[in-house]
Amino acid sequence: MKPGFIARNRDWQPPALTPRYKTSITRSPQRALLSFPTTLSEETGPVFGHDMLGPLDNDLIHNFAADGASAIGPRIIVHGHVRDQNGRGVPNALIEVWQANAGGRYRHRKEGYIAPLDPNFGGCGRTVTDENGRYEFRTIQPGAYPWPNGPNDWRPAHIHFSLFGGAFAQRLITQMYFQGDPLIPLCPILGSVGDPAAVNALVAPLDMAMTVPMDARAYRFDITLRGRRQTAFENRQEGL
Amino acid sequence: MDLNDTNGQESPSQTAGPYVHIGCTPNASGIKGVWAQDLGSAMVDKDTSGDRITIRGSVIDGTGAALTDTLVEIWQADAGGICGANDPRGPGDPHFSGFGRSAGDMETGEFRFDTIRPGPVPSRDGGLQAPHITFWIVARGINTGLHTRLYFPEDTAAHANDPILSRIEHRSRIPTLIAKSEGAGVYRFDIRLQGEDETIFFDI
Ligand SMILES: [Fe+2]
Repeated sequence: MKPGFIARNRDWQPPALTPRYKTSITRSPQRALLSFPTTLSEETGPVFGHDMLGPLDNDLIHNFAADGASAIGPRIIVHGHVRDQNGRGVPNALIEVWQANAGGRYRHRKEGYIAPLDPNFGGCGRTVTDENGRYEFRTIQPGAYPWPNGPNDWRPAHIHFSLFGGAFAQRLITQMYFQGDPLIPLCPILGSVGDPAAVNALVAPLDMAMTVPMDARAYRFDITLRGRRQTAFENRQEGL
Repeated sequence: MDLNDTNGQESPSQTAGPYVHIGCTPNASGIKGVWAQDLGSAMVDKDTSGDRITIRGSVIDGTGAALTDTLVEIWQADAGGICGANDPRGPGDPHFSGFGRSAGDMETGEFRFDTIRPGPVPSRDGGLQAPHITFWIVARGINTGLHTRLYFPEDTAAHANDPILSRIEHRSRIPTLIAKSEGAGVYRFDIRLQGEDETIFFDI
């Protein structure tokens, strides 16, 4: 068997219990997690191809809009490189994204914010990385929004990301934030990540090199998935 | 500290939040027409090999309430024990996806998967693991997705030799990983995030 996956760094990842994010109090496991070397069950995963994608899946400006219409808001391109911890690009990684509209409102029946829905914005998109692990999609910049947690908590503008690498052990959901957002240091959810370097890892910088003149600003958001250990000296029983 | 530099670490996880269904099961959440079918909504077709089974359950918080905003995913071997197209042992059943995703019932939170009983998958030492299904649970309030496994109640003999179950020091917690039979081919697997019967979650 190939070497297993590098253990998750629990000092870099957020802990389960982060009381400033109140919902974590009753939803965080309290007992020790069970550790074991990954098996084929965790080292494999569903495989996705580019043939599953429709032409507008990666264009949130248009994929819910009426013919000839487009979503309201600042037009942006989000692009980046999905790599594993060994620096290798991860090809054929499925990326699913969801977000609020430009006013900070989600299209969801449990959403209660007073900002209006945009009839031309659904808020979901997806893409699959190319043979080098690169991806891009087009959308509108989401708005910040208030949420019931503390007496006056606001989420910094963000896009939710779900990623599948080749292995189920690499499964990841995270959020992308925008450079310069003053709400970033105030957010209890982003604050669940303790290490300031880890917080910065989720903040996408403005990318003028990819910005399309008179059209759309670009933000670059690279993502790292777990990698396999890199040694030829694997623990195995003698004689095997 | 540079922006967006992970320093060779895995990108930090963030909660899936209350609106995960917009992105992962848009059709179930009422956003129709962006793509036709939610991913993971159909695991089998009429030609899939293996015994048909149904798995139902809830994700339950520390107050005893079932979550109604969770997303549950499963990943499993086909009837021959092959884990999808990435399995180095060769092609598996072309009529089986192995991957299921359930938004849960919007009112009760109950998830449901219509699948087949998996075959056994090899362990690292070359033996066989007891048949199992990998679960991954995300929701508002869960900062990092939770891995666990379902085992089948009728496989008692195989459980005794399973290398993962054998690692569990607190033997009284093993039943949290074993589904309950609810009749022929129907299983209940409730996942408890906290409390006396907290499910064993994995650090893999
Ligand atoms: Fe959000």
